[in-house]
Amino acid sequence: MTTLLPPAASNYTDGDAPAGINAGNDPMARALREMMRIRRFEETCVELYSASRIRGFLHLCIGEEAIAVGLMGCLTKQDAVVSTYREHGHAIARGMPMAVVLAEMFGKQTGCSRGRGGSMHLFDKDLRFYGGNAIVGGGLPVAAGLALADRMRGDNRITACIFGDGALAEGEFHEVANLAALWNLPVLFCCENNQYAMGTALAREHANTDLALRAASYSMVAWAVDGMDADAVAAAVRRASDLVRNGGGPCFLEMRTYRFRAHSMYDPDLYRDKPEIEEWKKRDPIPALSDRLRSSGALDDATVQKWEKEIAAEIATAVATAEAAAPESVTDLTRFVYSEPSDRS
Amino acid sequence: MTRTAHRATAATTPRAAATTSPATPPPPDRAPAAQTSYREALREGIREAMLRDDRVFLMGEDVGRYGGSFGVSKGLLDQFGPDRIRDTPLSESAFVGMGIGAALNGLRPIVEVMTVNFSLLALDQIMNNAATLLHMSGGQLNVPMVIRMTTGAGRQLAAQHSHSLEGWYAHIPGLRILTPATIDDARGMLWPALQDPDPVLIFEHGSLYNLTGAATADHPQVDIDKAAVRRPGHDVTLVTYGGTLGVTLAAAEQLAAQNVDAEVIDLRVLRPLDDETVVGSVTQTHRLVVVDEGWRSGSLSAEVAARVAEQAFYELDAPIERVCSAEVPMPYARHLEQAALPAPADIVAAAHRTVS
Repeated sequence: MTTLLPPAASNYTDGDAPAGINAGNDPMARALREMMRIRRFEETCVELYSASRIRGFLHLCIGEEAIAVGLMGCLTKQDAVVSTYREHGHAIARGMPMAVVLAEMFGKQTGCSRGRGGSMHLFDKDLRFYGGNAIVGGGLPVAAGLALADRMRGDNRITACIFGDGALAEGEFHEVANLAALWNLPVLFCCENNQYAMGTALAREHANTDLALRAASYSMVAWAVDGMDADAVAAAVRRASDLVRNGGGPCFLEMRTYRFRAHSMYDPDLYRDKPEIEEWKKRDPIPALSDRLRSSGALDDATVQKWEKEIAAEIATAVATAEAAAPESVTDLTRFVYSEPSDRS
Repeated sequence: MTRTAHRATAATTPRAAATTSPATPPPPDRAPAAQTSYREALREGIREAMLRDDRVFLMGEDVGRYGGSFGVSKGLLDQFGPDRIRDTPLSESAFVGMGIGAALNGLRPIVEVMTVNFSLLALDQIMNNAATLLHMSGGQLNVPMVIRMTTGAGRQLAAQHSHSLEGWYAHIPGLRILTPATIDDARGMLWPALQDPDPVLIFEHGSLYNLTGAATADHPQVDIDKAAVRRPGHDVTLVTYGGTLGVTLAAAEQLAAQNVDAEVIDLRVLRPLDDETVVGSVTQTHRLVVVDEGWRSGSLSAEVAARVAEQAFYELDAPIERVCSAEVPMPYARHLEQAALPAPADIVAAAHRTVS
């Protein structure tokens, strides 16, 4: 059941994917541009963190962009997403404006969570983006519950649940995998296996490091995917989501990837060898896809340069917009602990 | 002072009081209905909610075929089917969290957790998600769900099935905590709880399920913001909730025989606390005894005592007294368990200390 399914013929298509992608008609070119947006955004976050504009924990997805882009491009607007604390890329690929994400990290009124969440807790109800969860494994039951409601109502939509390799060591993963399979729930389990649970390497945290195999033991279709290849991710997601959407029950994709930067800005990254990092950087999803598109003639240097300029301008505008917004008022500190009277039915 | 308005629809009397004192007569405009039990009242509350709102469903361990581990949901599977009366595996964190997800996605789940001790396996979901999502998302995501669970001792179930941890939950902003202590409250709290846009935890004391009495005929809805005065009195205020309402009412009857007229307040809602009713009563009686089956240290009784000290210090004619469980994990043997729990004699003694 695991790692055996060949990729289907379908390729990355972004159907009615959220707005934000504008790179002509070639879906893979759009995927490349989207990965570039996320990469430059994350690099900007590093600068803003160094300048003390962003504080708290900051977890970057540099190196893992192919998963965000490949996955989000294959979901519909009606589907739901539950993510982790390393979710900037997921949020942006889902369609959250950069200025809103930055404003959240700046503690502004215009932040998606009005400054109460920060980097780890990005939410957008309209995009059906349910966080931004910072308890490893804690988002999984919520994702299964979102899917349960869809199933009970007969709604033809799915919930994509993103988590890391570390979550497979949590009891919640196993409770939810069992229940989702038992109840045939429309959940797409997206495991971003970046080889480390914070500083603990996969082989030091799991007796069996074949994560897809372990998921398959819960009677769900599961296989491993090259998470450094947006095309491969998209093909797998399309195939898996078709299965999930058509009543085939949950599906599990182990997306093998690597984060090029430390776990968080607090992490001195003493537990990994430099050669290992360099080896993975050779598989950087952005140059890999860029080279492929260039060699096939689908992309030229001028286009890439144009995109770089557009993205730089988008980020500069987003930073300025977020900076200019009003800080969330301290007088509103105690709001949103309970729903306000206008929310009461 | 609004306590008169909330004065006991105590047509039913819990636990010890049922055998030692007559039930408070119902108001004349409400005819007493047939005898029922706390368990049946809970069941009728669930049935009524499911009939009124098809978004409501019940989920938990053995709620379906078994009929509920305490028999609360017996018969509901036949009426509503396995989709809405949903048996779960022993996966507390998963099914409580799934209730959260289902609530976010438009349903109105009632999640039953077998006991409060087991709820600790789902504490991550209750605390880090249910209570937190609204704030953490800047007001975007409210979680309209109800979690019911059994609490409390008295049945010789020892230290992993007998604790009263509702005071812990009352510590958490974002939750509403209800403790029905009467048959009317058992039935009448669920519907308003389901109308709350935020998560509500309902704690059912295990010793109350077999409590029998008459339900008020038109099944009044409970105001889930307010405490109830279960017995009016002038000399001392006895504040309690849930499983200890019965022993507190019994103590009040003993005190009456000794010419001490005690007022008994059933908090009913542990969060948000109804300070107005408690402080209003203390302003009349000038004496306070708090009875709480939880442990004394860092307890709900401490919170009530602190609030009265903060808000009505100069009304007090005596130090505040507390009657709580012994600070031990609950033992099995009956004589040990009974010794650990608040008893009428302890409450009577505490009340006498305040009036002497």
